Amino acid sequence: MIEIDRITKIYDGETAVDDVSMTVETGTITVIVGTSGSGKTTLLRMINRLEEPTSGEVRINGESTLSVKPHILRRRIGYAIQGHGLFPHHSVARNIAAVPDLLNWPRDKIRARVDELLTLFSMEPAQFRDRFPSELSGGQQQRVGVARALASRPDLLLMDEPFGALDPIIRTRAQEDLRRIQQKLRSTIMLVTHDMEEAMRLGDRVAVMDGGRLVQHGTPAEIITRPATDFVANMVGDVERPLRLLSLIPVTEVMEEGAAEGAALTTRASLRDALSACLWTRRVEVPVERDGVRVGRVTLDAILARVGSHA
Amino acid sequence: MTLAANRIVAGEGVATWNLATAPVTVPGIVAVLAGLTLGMSAARTRLRLSGAVLGLAGLLWLLIQGAPALLEGAGDYARVSPAMGFWCLLVVLMLLMADALAALRPDPLQRGALLALVLAALGAVLWSGALSDLSVLKEYAGRRDAFLTEFIRHLGLAFGSLAVAAVIGFPLGLLCHRRVQLRGATLPVLSFLQTIPSLAMFGLMIPILGWVGDTVPGAQAVGIAGIGFAPAFLALVLYSLLPVVGNTVAGLASAPAAAIEAARGMGMTPGQRLWRVELPLGLPIILTGLRIVLVQNIGLAVIAGLIGGGGFGTFVFQGLNQTATDLILLGALPTVVLALAAAILMDILVDLTRPARKETT
Repeated sequence: MIEIDRITKIYDGETAVDDVSMTVETGTITVIVGTSGSGKTTLLRMINRLEEPTSGEVRINGESTLSVKPHILRRRIGYAIQGHGLFPHHSVARNIAAVPDLLNWPRDKIRARVDELLTLFSMEPAQFRDRFPSELSGGQQQRVGVARALASRPDLLLMDEPFGALDPIIRTRAQEDLRRIQQKLRSTIMLVTHDMEEAMRLGDRVAVMDGGRLVQHGTPAEIITRPATDFVANMVGDVERPLRLLSLIPVTEVMEEGAAEGAALTTRASLRDALSACLWTRRVEVPVERDGVRVGRVTLDAILARVGSHA
Repeated sequence: MTLAANRIVAGEGVATWNLATAPVTVPGIVAVLAGLTLGMSAARTRLRLSGAVLGLAGLLWLLIQGAPALLEGAGDYARVSPAMGFWCLLVVLMLLMADALAALRPDPLQRGALLALVLAALGAVLWSGALSDLSVLKEYAGRRDAFLTEFIRHLGLAFGSLAVAAVIGFPLGLLCHRRVQLRGATLPVLSFLQTIPSLAMFGLMIPILGWVGDTVPGAQAVGIAGIGFAPAFLALVLYSLLPVVGNTVAGLASAPAAAIEAARGMGMTPGQRLWRVELPLGLPIILTGLRIVLVQNIGLAVIAGLIGGGGFGTFVFQGLNQTATDLILLGALPTVVLALAAAILMDILVDLTRPARKETT
């Protein structure tokens, strides 16, 4: 559990982060969203003490981050940044091994960990181990950057706009990968982004920052249905709010017994997919199937009722 | 070719075809012409290379055959030297060769082997005595021992000052890299030093070190005096500082900002950051600085001869005083060869340390 306790950062009289407190549960993803200058990156960098807080403190599993030397602290916290920051003169394996190397892990343990991570990120170890960052695609470089941040099994992974430099298609895939890997490893992640879509997709909890203050901290559904301020409502986008909400709800939630015509959706689809299918193919009900077997249907009325309950 | 009555007076030109009998000169001339023609073909690099080599061989042949032929019956003090035509052709053919070699893109090891080969060929020709009739080598023959001493002196000046400059310059560059204020103060001072004309610098050293030698006890005992090795050495060190410090700062700053940020974020100490990230990435630029210094110092060390610092400059200034052109050449030619060899060697080293070269990392 990460506890951020009344943390403030003041640069030359300007308050970058203003008295922010929040708690991050172990094994969850918390996404910090905000416009540029909202203090979100400063907040993140105060957790591994790349910036020293002016006041307040951060506790990781009950222990204050101020009680250890900064470089020792940082070896326990993974850190992935926009533009990956890989060492161009080191091979992929050496890049991933950077932190275990600093922690003096034995060689064979490091080697096993590197191969394990490469496999986890769907990169064939034998093929990629000895390559150099310049020989990888942007998406691969980014994956190696995240693998490096995870290498020593850190208590916490901090990510500062990790997907900012990727094109939209690779970006979506990287987000899915991160979700999958996080669920597998049960890691605790704090991620900074300016992209609300990304926050909704990745976050178990979303924290919205504005002008150095934490204006709302809650689940994606809470942020969409009950924005605390106009700023949050604006970030979510008034017009897109219903669609954003629908994309958070799985079809199984409003699925009912019965059959329907046309192409089926899987049980993993969201209500947004269901609505989209209805609109596109002029249907009022869509069949749902699990492992190729039809198990029920979703009706347009059910979707409308579900959205309406939040209005 | 020129033929002169003795080593001082200006020589008289002798055209190539009048050097000796036709059977001797014709193969040489043909080789040079053929070499030049082959060298013109822009498309075929290997052809150009062989043309250049053939031309150079032709020139050498003419030199070897022509010198004794001219000296025959010209009197005991007569001197033979290559004339303008020779030097022009030499430059053209060397350029052709360098250009062809560059187009072949040899890897660093091949370049090293090539350099050794050329130096060995040069050494073999000189060693064999085939050219010993040339005036330059006659000057050498008269100063065999002095040449060796001055050669070692020259190397001592150039490499010694480089080593001292590196020992002072690396830590200074490191400090400048870490502290911006220090960088702001240091680099302009070093740039100012660099702008002092070399002759003036060597002149300035005379009163300063003279004073030190007279006032500091024991200074004269270790060789510090107004003239001689010490002032020349010090001047070279001062000239070397800017390239060393400047390139150290530039090299350390060349690591990508994101990589430095990542290194900090993963918990490297400043020392680990320096050794694992900044230095390896900056090494090619730092070595380029050393290359500049080395080549510059080999050239500048010639001027040390003026204040009794020794080195090949001794011959150059003796030659100037006596208007003996060939004695000047005896000082200048080895300096040029030394500087070229040093430049090529350092280039090889820089290439070997480049991070783009995958095999070496």
